[in-house]
Amino acid sequence: MSVEVHPPGAPAVKTGRLRAWFYKRFPIEEFISDQLTGYYAPKNFNFWYYFGVLSLLVLALQLFTGIFLTMFYKVGDTTSFNSVEFIMREVDYGWLIRYLHSTGASAFFLVVYLHMFRALLYGSYKAPRELLWIVGMFVYLALMAEAFFGYVLPWGNMSYWAAQVITNVFGTIPGIGPGLVEWIRGDYGIADATLNRFFALHVVAVPLALLLLVLLHLVALRRTGSSNPDGIEIKDHLGPDGHPIDGIPFHPYYTIKDMVGVGVFLVLFAIVVFFVPTFGGYLLEPANFEMANPLSTPPDVTPSWYLTPYYAILRGIPNQRLGALLLLLAIVAYFFLPWLDRSPVKSMRYKGWISRTFLALFVISFFGLMYAGLHPPDPVYVLLGRVCTVLYFAYFVLMPWYTRIDRMKPLPERLRFRAHAP
Amino acid sequence: MRPDHLSSMRLARTAAAIALAVLLGSAAATPASAASEAASSGAASSESASAEAFGSNWESWRSGNSVSDLASLQRGARDFLNYCNGCHSLKYMRYSRIGQDLQIPPNLLQKYLVPATHKASDYIGTAMPEQDAVTWFGKQPPDLSLMARERGTDYLYRYLTTFYVDPSRTTGANNLQLPTTAMPDVLSELEGLKRAVFKTVTNSDGTKEQVFDHFEMVATGSLTREQYDSFVRDLVNFLDYVGEPAQAHRRALGVWVVLFLLVFTWLAYLLKKEYWKDVH
Repeated sequence: MSVEVHPPGAPAVKTGRLRAWFYKRFPIEEFISDQLTGYYAPKNFNFWYYFGVLSLLVLALQLFTGIFLTMFYKVGDTTSFNSVEFIMREVDYGWLIRYLHSTGASAFFLVVYLHMFRALLYGSYKAPRELLWIVGMFVYLALMAEAFFGYVLPWGNMSYWAAQVITNVFGTIPGIGPGLVEWIRGDYGIADATLNRFFALHVVAVPLALLLLVLLHLVALRRTGSSNPDGIEIKDHLGPDGHPIDGIPFHPYYTIKDMVGVGVFLVLFAIVVFFVPTFGGYLLEPANFEMANPLSTPPDVTPSWYLTPYYAILRGIPNQRLGALLLLLAIVAYFFLPWLDRSPVKSMRYKGWISRTFLALFVISFFGLMYAGLHPPDPVYVLLGRVCTVLYFAYFVLMPWYTRIDRMKPLPERLRFRAHAP
Repeated sequence: MRPDHLSSMRLARTAAAIALAVLLGSAAATPASAASEAASSGAASSESASAEAFGSNWESWRSGNSVSDLASLQRGARDFLNYCNGCHSLKYMRYSRIGQDLQIPPNLLQKYLVPATHKASDYIGTAMPEQDAVTWFGKQPPDLSLMARERGTDYLYRYLTTFYVDPSRTTGANNLQLPTTAMPDVLSELEGLKRAVFKTVTNSDGTKEQVFDHFEMVATGSLTREQYDSFVRDLVNFLDYVGEPAQAHRRALGVWVVLFLLVFTWLAYLLKKEYWKDVH
């Protein structure tokens, strides 16, 4: 594959007058070159490197389906619930658009969590990619806000009580807490005013922030280049043409390879959308098929699965204020990872058994917290939540210590890569 | 490409194929297995309608309905409009939609199912004024459009099969699935009346408690137990359909979408293999 990279400003166009006309006025060639054909990525990406592009795919899907839902959704405490049922029953393929959107929300978190795990696994957050990681964490925060606001919009009874519980968390802030909760809600309780402002935030404010942050995430990626499973920089070995020897142009190699990942993802996604859209109550809760009712609390009020790990941390602490503080710390801790990790190597392939053990315990604790948070606050689940909270924080707090004493394996000079047999 | 990468790709594809097969298989198998389970539980206790004890396993009863059973849905629609619609509305459902989905010709729909005062395109309300309902039952009977989605079909099936005589209630009836329900046992003319026999158990802390043991029929209705059972199953089936009218269409379309995506993925994989021959 030969790759043509035109130096900026050079008249590279030989064919087509229309193209020449366009090129004179818009740097389309440079854009394609910078972003795709001239962007060199390490050639040893594995399974874990599909989830970035899948996140972009789901973002596009959510924007597309969201626009169509907005055409029929009628925000308001007497109209929201009915309009969702109208979409499900009377809008042509409305049920499909709605299920794509509701399944897409969970799929978004699934791929983002796997994308983040990849960063933990191969040290993608380490220098020089600290800003890339931090911008990514802001994307994650925006995504949580977006999902929460969206969850309230169908105005089912679970929407109502989840909004009640989550806005109450802000009430634990000393001094300004109660006033802040009222300000967020726009009323003394969750009400029509709350629903309307959450709609505005869900369809305008947060999506704009998300798009901007995703753009910044990609800009930062273009500066540092992608990391890889070996955690060594391909830019250290440049060929005579000035490109990394172990790099390949993103287009066509990764665009085509990603199509395979997209295909596999869409198969699984379609199975959920068409055959199990409620996913046994995990994606669409039974209680949310009843309209919001301030007088009747559903038997178990739990947030969606993707937020339950943090909910379990909050609930495990008897002191509500301390619980809210730990919840905040559990998310803030991610931002400091680049400086907590003192290891000379990036990838788990070359880190020692202590680092691997702590990462494994962290993953187990995350699932343990998710499991505990999905269940009612019986003593056994509260205990599970507390044990997992300790493990969760141990990963971060002890990291400067265990990454320094851990015995690392020697790094290879070049990427490890074995091509297909011809 | 590294071998472990290749195997993880293969693994993902195999997992997708298995997941699809399991889903398709379970979609086809669930109604049948649940139905046979329900039938066997019915057969075990239907030899006589008088003092035969039954119902000790009521918590494991399953609706065993299937929304692809068109005849069952048609019977369910008829029975809902005859027996339930006096008090319960289906406010998100139009008569005409039922006609379309359940393949009931418009003239028959208009003649037998749509009230004379209504058009086929009307939503299915109820004739009972709200004020009367509150006076009679203490509350307005709930709209049933989404009840199957909110409570599940097994819940509805058990609710309609565990009414029993209870003179202490103002309605004269009580229910195991929803104790102290406000709804009278309106289907007793079909099912007959049954008595709940309780037994006293001693808890580990020494306190005594009355728990349900079994049912005994005290009066027969116009239907046998098997007939009533299938009557309820048709009703629940209809409410399942009403909860999500597009669900049969959804599953049918899903098969083609997944097949298309599998072919797409396979072609993308071949294309990828071709391109990556250049990468050494």
